[in-house]
Amino acid sequence: MPGRSINKAMLRTLWINMMTISSSTIRIDEQEIFFEAGQTIMDAAMAANIYIPHLCHYPGLPPSGNCRLCVVGIGNRSVAACITPACAGQEIRNNTAELNEVRKVVTQMLFIEGNHICPTCEKTGNCKLQAIAYFLGMLHDHFPQFYPHRELDASHPHILLDRSRCILCDLCVRASREIDRKNVFAIAGRGIQAHLIVNSPSGKLVDSTIKVTDVATTICPVGAILIKEQGYQTPIGQRIYDQRTIRETAQQEYVSAKAKNDAD
Amino acid sequence: MSTVCELPSSSFEHLLHRLYAVQRQFLHIPPQAMHQIAIEYNVPISQIAAVVAFYTFFHTETCGRYHILFSNCTSCGYLMDGHNLMQMLCDQLQVIPGKTRQDGLISIMETSCIGMCDQGPSLLINDVPFSRLNPGRINQIARQIISEVPVTDWPETWFEISNALYRRDLLLTESLVPGSALQIAFAQGAEPTLKKIARSGLRGRGGAGFDTAHKWQSCRTALGDTRYIVCNADEGEPGTFKDRLLLQRYVDAVFEGMTVCAAAIGAQKGFLYLRGEYRYMHPHLIEVLEQRRKLNLLGSQILGQADFQFDIDIVVGAGAYICGEESALIESLEGKPGIPRIRPPFPVTHGYLGQPTVVNNVETFIAAAFIALKGDEWFKTRGTELSTGTKILSISGDCKFPGVYEYPFGTCIQRILDDCHAKNVQAVQVGGPSGRLIHPQDFDRVISFEDISTGGSILIFGAQRDLLIIHRNFAHFFAHESCGFCTPCRVGTRLLKNHLDKIANDRSTMVDMLEIKRLSHLIQHNAHCGLGHTAANHILDGLQNFPHTFEHHLQNDFSAQFDLHRALANARQIDQQSDAENPLD
Amino acid sequence: MMPIKPKLRIATTSLAGCFGCHMSFLDMDERLEKLLEQVEFDRSPFTDIKQCGPCDIGLIEGGVCNVENVQVLREFRAQCTTLIAVGACAINGGVPALRNYFEMQDCLNEVYLSGIGVINPKIPNDMELPLLLDKVYPVNEVVLIDYYLPGCPPSADDFLQLLEPLLTGQSPILSKIHLRYD
Repeated sequence: MPGRSINKAMLRTLWINMMTISSSTIRIDEQEIFFEAGQTIMDAAMAANIYIPHLCHYPGLPPSGNCRLCVVGIGNRSVAACITPACAGQEIRNNTAELNEVRKVVTQMLFIEGNHICPTCEKTGNCKLQAIAYFLGMLHDHFPQFYPHRELDASHPHILLDRSRCILCDLCVRASREIDRKNVFAIAGRGIQAHLIVNSPSGKLVDSTIKVTDVATTICPVGAILIKEQGYQTPIGQRIYDQRTIRETAQQEYVSAKAKNDAD
Repeated sequence: MSTVCELPSSSFEHLLHRLYAVQRQFLHIPPQAMHQIAIEYNVPISQIAAVVAFYTFFHTETCGRYHILFSNCTSCGYLMDGHNLMQMLCDQLQVIPGKTRQDGLISIMETSCIGMCDQGPSLLINDVPFSRLNPGRINQIARQIISEVPVTDWPETWFEISNALYRRDLLLTESLVPGSALQIAFAQGAEPTLKKIARSGLRGRGGAGFDTAHKWQSCRTALGDTRYIVCNADEGEPGTFKDRLLLQRYVDAVFEGMTVCAAAIGAQKGFLYLRGEYRYMHPHLIEVLEQRRKLNLLGSQILGQADFQFDIDIVVGAGAYICGEESALIESLEGKPGIPRIRPPFPVTHGYLGQPTVVNNVETFIAAAFIALKGDEWFKTRGTELSTGTKILSISGDCKFPGVYEYPFGTCIQRILDDCHAKNVQAVQVGGPSGRLIHPQDFDRVISFEDISTGGSILIFGAQRDLLIIHRNFAHFFAHESCGFCTPCRVGTRLLKNHLDKIANDRSTMVDMLEIKRLSHLIQHNAHCGLGHTAANHILDGLQNFPHTFEHHLQNDFSAQFDLHRALANARQIDQQSDAENPLD
Repeated sequence: MMPIKPKLRIATTSLAGCFGCHMSFLDMDERLEKLLEQVEFDRSPFTDIKQCGPCDIGLIEGGVCNVENVQVLREFRAQCTTLIAVGACAINGGVPALRNYFEMQDCLNEVYLSGIGVINPKIPNDMELPLLLDKVYPVNEVVLIDYYLPGCPPSADDFLQLLEPLLTGQSPILSKIHLRYD
């Protein structure tokens, strides 16, 4: 419990701060935290080491708000924390049984919508979708499976694009545009037909400007974009989510993004 | 494809218009054309491909020279008195719905409501509406196509649309001399005009009911290089067709309202975003704009105002209900897929091209024009305290006189049903599929922002209707129209569709009822935009008010959900054991 | 003297699975001995009983890929008070469900006609062979499932953790630490 480590002097400082700049705090599950103007609820929570489950958000990239795992409650409304500005005095519910149940159902929706048969995927053990499902205690997919037929692109010598595993989180689209400055990916189509497309005349990855070293290549939270010939190299027990929860990796991502930002 | 280089070149054309021109020429949008357009517009080819894939009127497979879209709405759809009119035509022309016939002559598909709900079963043939369909008409159409008579040579009477206006109240009894409202607005000045709109209590007529003057004022004071006015004529809610009539008969008032708004907030450019289904009205709108330019009601120094210039462009959509959502509409205006933006910021501060933008409904601009002309007191003679003025309704379904009706806010549903001679009414869907399903015990409730709010769609269902068919239709509609951006709506609307199909096929149990309810609440509360928030309204209302609709289809045995016969059909065909006894059946 | 508590009756089966979950069950090793003081097996590969009688618990490994699987699954549902889906294949189709991303005819052609190393190409159609379903179904799409035990396979510890509360009539809870899909 974080409260235990706060001593009396800190409490006093906190109290003074609250009195002087009370206009810049929000409360998440009884914990009062500061935020800076322009921050979203997600930004403020991450800075305060409060975990709000998420998949389509990555520190340093503009938020999208598509996965809806970061739904939090404010009054009788549900909002996505990653795209909702922090606003003085907000009383936010986050780690509640009710919200975690909603998040679990949303995760189940993502599972049944695509090909998420973990034992057959190279990403297993390092997959954020899998890890969030572990975190939320998802025992089964619940809904009838869609088993979509989506095109596989193996044209590139070093990078594989398996659209059937794509969760349409838009991270590769944003990473390619904002960090790699390339615009390799886009999402096309409507509703359940939505799918990832490649910005090249043939629509194939091999004819795009993507490189193995691009952030867009490695940011994929699932096994949709994979670097070839690297599968199953890490033994079971040593993979990311064998050792850490997604909550811990999210905090690491935030810390390294912040360090990078401070260095720049 | 060598012909691509002959594409008409106009770099100022709206991307949707440009793609439409290509579609008309090649009957689809070939990859080479996308490539060339990407270069011309200086955008990634993936953006062009994304736009083509997003809008249902664009195709990457070749359509027929006769391209027919049957409305699948509950009022103007192809299911009529036990006939499946689309299937009839498909059978006669030997074509499969959704697939172009081998010889390229014909393609037949279904599409969401085309706004012909007061005209009976309707279709669009090469973008032209054809209504009052019946089996006889289907035979006639088939004959014309078989003998390859060009659509332009078909009898004109077939394409007539009767714009039945059964009840006029405050707005529709008035006629507007072009420029008259504008003259008063100029004479009074921007600030007093805004105050007048504010005093009138005018609220947005799209259904959400945001205070119009407040929107205009916020846009006026927002920081920006320029400001835009957008008229939302993307009337996509099934059962709504009043804008069709308003754009035919009252479009001068619409443009006048937009210009009044422009003068009040200091905008120079306006757009009317017309739904693709109403493309046939485009020439009429262009003509009215041209007349207004001649009258110096558009362009520079309007009515002698040295420092005021304003003009309006028409942008025609390409089949996407979601573009009725204002931020999706703006995305579409910018030549992108219509995916709702993150809000805040709202369009009044960051709208078209990131600039402050007012987006209002067709009817709102008409009301604004008349308020500028006649004053706020005149406007407040109708309506309730919180819902001043009148609402123009599109009434269709099981009644004797489907058409457009204007009522003061505060009118009860029973009164409306009496006026259109609706007898034996089982239920009324107010506000279209995204609205509320009202039980007869609530027919004393009134149309207003504080009670039952509506963008104008009133669908009447008589006692003989199976409401499950209605729910199924609505669920298919939302699954088809979900933009796919957020998980709850993208997957959830599809799951609801599958659930309703399952109930209709008698393969559901009581467990499914709880499941549907849970799913409906989840989508309602956690989706990104209004489409998702409202997509399950009809189901929740149905479960509460008309539980028997679902219950009499339910099975006791859970295992009923699995259709073994269907699961084996494929193998039986392959295995040629088709007649082998199945031990489980 | 305490009355002798009747043993819980358990039935197990592998549908479209690899028997890996059964092998993992046997990984309980010496702990099986203690378990067998409290349970006995009905229809199961462990007993070779062919017809399932009334049981307290049914453990289903594998998804549903053919008409015989449907028959067995329905039999288990009818006979078992508590039916549990065990392992990835039962829960979401698993490896066999990868065929769901292709047309069945294409799969058969590849395997029996045109694939590498095929001799005497012919798609088997013996009457004894159960008909294939159009796709591989997770078990919960065919019958009502009470509990789920994910993993590929679930570990022996997972099985014990699942069974222990059931032995005393409680609902099983799988801890998050044990939760694995691979």
